[in-house]
Amino acid sequence: MNSLTNYIKSFTLWELLKGMALTGRYMFRRSITVHFPEEKTPQSYRFRGLHAQRRYPNGEERCIGCKLCEAVCPALAIKIETEERDDGTRRTTRYDIDLVKCIFCGFCEEACPVDAIVETRIYEYHGESRHELYYTKEMLLAVGDKYEAQIAKDRAADAKFR
Amino acid sequence: MINIEIDGKQLQVENGRSVIEAAHQAGIYIPHFCYHKKLSIAANCRMCLVQVEKAPKPLPACATPVAEGMKVYTASEQAVKAQKGVMEFLLINHPLDCPICDQGGECELQDLAVGYGGSASRYQEDKRVVLHKDIGPLVSAEEMSRCINCTRCVRFGVEVAGEMELGQAFRGEHAEIMSFVDGAVNSELSGNMIDLCPVGALTSKPFRYKARTWELSRRRAVSPHDSLGSNLAALVMNNRVMRVDPVENEELNECWISDRDRFSYEGLNSEERLTKPMLKQGGKWQEVDWQVALEYVANGLRQIGKEAGAAQIGALVSPGSTLEEMHLVQKLVRGLGSHNVDFRLRQSDFSADGKMQGAPWLGMKVAEVSSADRMLLVGSFLRKDHPLFASRIRQAVKRGAQVNLLHSADDDLLMKLANKAIVPPSELVPMLAQILQAVATSKGTHLHSSVQSLVQGVVVSATAKTIAENLAGGERAIILLGNFAQQHPQAAQLQLLSQHIAALSNARFGFIGEGANSVGGYIANAVPAEGGMNAAAMLASPRKAYLLMNVEPELDAHNGQLALEAMKSAEMVVAMSSYKHKAMDYADVMLPIAPFTETSGSFINAEGRLQGFRGAVKPLGETRPAWKVLRVLGNLLNISGFDYDTSEAVRDEVLGGRDVSASMNNTLQGLVVQPAPVSTGMQRVADVPLYATDSIVRRSAPLQATRDAQTPAVQMRSDDLAKLGIKAGDTVKVTMGQNTVQLTASVNEGLPAGVVRVAAGRAETAGLGAMFGAISVERV
Repeated sequence: MNSLTNYIKSFTLWELLKGMALTGRYMFRRSITVHFPEEKTPQSYRFRGLHAQRRYPNGEERCIGCKLCEAVCPALAIKIETEERDDGTRRTTRYDIDLVKCIFCGFCEEACPVDAIVETRIYEYHGESRHELYYTKEMLLAVGDKYEAQIAKDRAADAKFR
Repeated sequence: MINIEIDGKQLQVENGRSVIEAAHQAGIYIPHFCYHKKLSIAANCRMCLVQVEKAPKPLPACATPVAEGMKVYTASEQAVKAQKGVMEFLLINHPLDCPICDQGGECELQDLAVGYGGSASRYQEDKRVVLHKDIGPLVSAEEMSRCINCTRCVRFGVEVAGEMELGQAFRGEHAEIMSFVDGAVNSELSGNMIDLCPVGALTSKPFRYKARTWELSRRRAVSPHDSLGSNLAALVMNNRVMRVDPVENEELNECWISDRDRFSYEGLNSEERLTKPMLKQGGKWQEVDWQVALEYVANGLRQIGKEAGAAQIGALVSPGSTLEEMHLVQKLVRGLGSHNVDFRLRQSDFSADGKMQGAPWLGMKVAEVSSADRMLLVGSFLRKDHPLFASRIRQAVKRGAQVNLLHSADDDLLMKLANKAIVPPSELVPMLAQILQAVATSKGTHLHSSVQSLVQGVVVSATAKTIAENLAGGERAIILLGNFAQQHPQAAQLQLLSQHIAALSNARFGFIGEGANSVGGYIANAVPAEGGMNAAAMLASPRKAYLLMNVEPELDAHNGQLALEAMKSAEMVVAMSSYKHKAMDYADVMLPIAPFTETSGSFINAEGRLQGFRGAVKPLGETRPAWKVLRVLGNLLNISGFDYDTSEAVRDEVLGGRDVSASMNNTLQGLVVQPAPVSTGMQRVADVPLYATDSIVRRSAPLQATRDAQTPAVQMRSDDLAKLGIKAGDTVKVTMGQNTVQLTASVNEGLPAGVVRVAAGRAETAGLGAMFGAISVERV
């Protein structure tokens, strides 16, 4: 019986018709694809994209060089060197994130006691070679400076869950 | 023995032990902060509260002695509730600044807070703020708000270091740890407070903000600065020693190390490090390849050996060099046909050479010093020369041992002395002879003929008699000869007298050696034999070529001025050194060799314990381990037997399977006693300051900022100063023979009359000459 049905189905191109029917159904539905880059998908305020280093409103960098992010990073993508600044505080002399290594897990952000290292909503960055994706302290601070308003808004939105 | 039960485990514990000791013995951990096995019990942190059956409330395990049939629960509901409560109180005022705290990652409070702390604090009020304090260049007390008032540092000062330099002032919430009026903690053991502090209140100042603890890897090392051979852990990051911590060894350093061992690492990466071989060509220093430098050395040595005779070649080795380095230097020099090699640079009396029955050593295990009940210290700036020996003896004194001191300066040893005889250097031998005479008289024995001439005609003073009686009154008496006695111009006679006193009063005697490898030097045979010249002779009648191994002759030799002149007159000086030092003025070749953290090797400490170590970090720049440099040099000179693959192979050759202890013997036989020259006028007493002992500590910036490293002054009794019309603070001209230096005068009432104390081992006083002898002081 089973083999007989299969025999008839293969002659009548039943599988093909079934597939075409699905395609036909979607043809008349409302499209949900977006036309990137003109259009963009909505993002969560918890989106984990490109990293940034933040500053306090008075311009002082937040990072205190505690190296917890370096310790927690599962991909070993962070490299920090610190020294004592003239005012007696510990500051980083080097804060590098290798974005090629980074797996965007967000642990660095989680570990940071002063909300200095954050992951922003930015995902449209690129590099034509590996070294362009090796972000230094200056580059990270520049990202932070540029998007501080958005970053602060996102942190505020998430604050009640943390 | 007492039977108790802890957490259901049946235990047999010695009577008088506390519950926490019993628990630790059984491997049960009880959380604690103020308890420390080497310190007295304070029971003020309350973290170790445990439940004891039939006790109405939790009891502190550290202050509760065990009792028969006691049942203890360390993790019962009541105990844990009490511990959690204590933790909540401790955290009330703790700033929780772990991310910027240097203790973070190795903090006892942090660790225990994970186990017993709440996830959030219920405390809403203002936290206590304690102002930071400046207590010197070594220990940082910048964040005293972190203090949990366990008073470990205070108890350490009082009980181990011997001096209360930190104390707890005020009460209750206002209680804070602070130093006394002069502000600084000057103890030579102060660094141990950093280890003891369970939180980040006292941290290492040179290490401040240098690294986080989890980035450091621990590598074992052995202290090269004194003959105790303290076990160290070099904490390394990025091929650089960032910090040095003690490694516990109950038989040597217990759980302490001296500040010299702890902070000397700062000198390892000094600006003055020599990182490339250098050659002086046409009066100018040039950096060259190893090949060029070593060939130059080999050719030079060969030529001088051929033209002037091998006896014109001399080698001076520092007593802090490894066994392997010492062995290869002497093998090289002997291979060239010379026997002029010596490591006893600060010694001036070599009349015991050939009369010794073995290598001079401590004469006992280090741990046995603790169990002695009577001691005689002869010629030792004990606290500064050997901080941890001093601490060990201090503990023995606390347990009832009686210490007698025979010395030329009454420096405070921070321990109770039973008797002391402070005499000028020239009177040391007669005074010791008096003690011997007193011992002999009380025993009613005749003295051996070898010491007869020394005791002839001495009149036994009351002090000598009391010391002799005191020594005889013990069951485990020891006599220790310190650095000063070994550097003394009649060192052999002091040794002979001590030997006889020891024999008569049933005591043991020995030397607290000066360098890390003072015993090893003899074992490696880095001493002259077969007509070779000793260190003093090599400098007194200058050689044409010198091989310097880790030596700064003007600072390390008994007579710095003589050493400098000898170096300047030499045709060729090969300085194997880790640093660019004064040798730049007179040397022809500088070969960069690795300091102790960058080479493998071994030291034999005062008790004859062989301790090997590997390099903690890679040699800096083109620096190479000295044993490799000497191996290549030996091959270039075509001396056979220089094909070693490892430093262990060198060590095996030195020891050849023999037992080091069999080669050690303090007995002196057949010494011909030379009468001491009659001294008139003022005499010099020279100590080598704590932080001037070797080239590494001389370059450690934090150590050089301490009070112990202050510019040396001329010290005299106030009546002696008054006789010369000098006031303290005046600039004076100090003269020894032809040499004169200008220094500041100061008062030291602990000196005997007619004695001028001027430190050695410092650039300011190097021009003065010998460490002992006639000296005169004039007003400028």
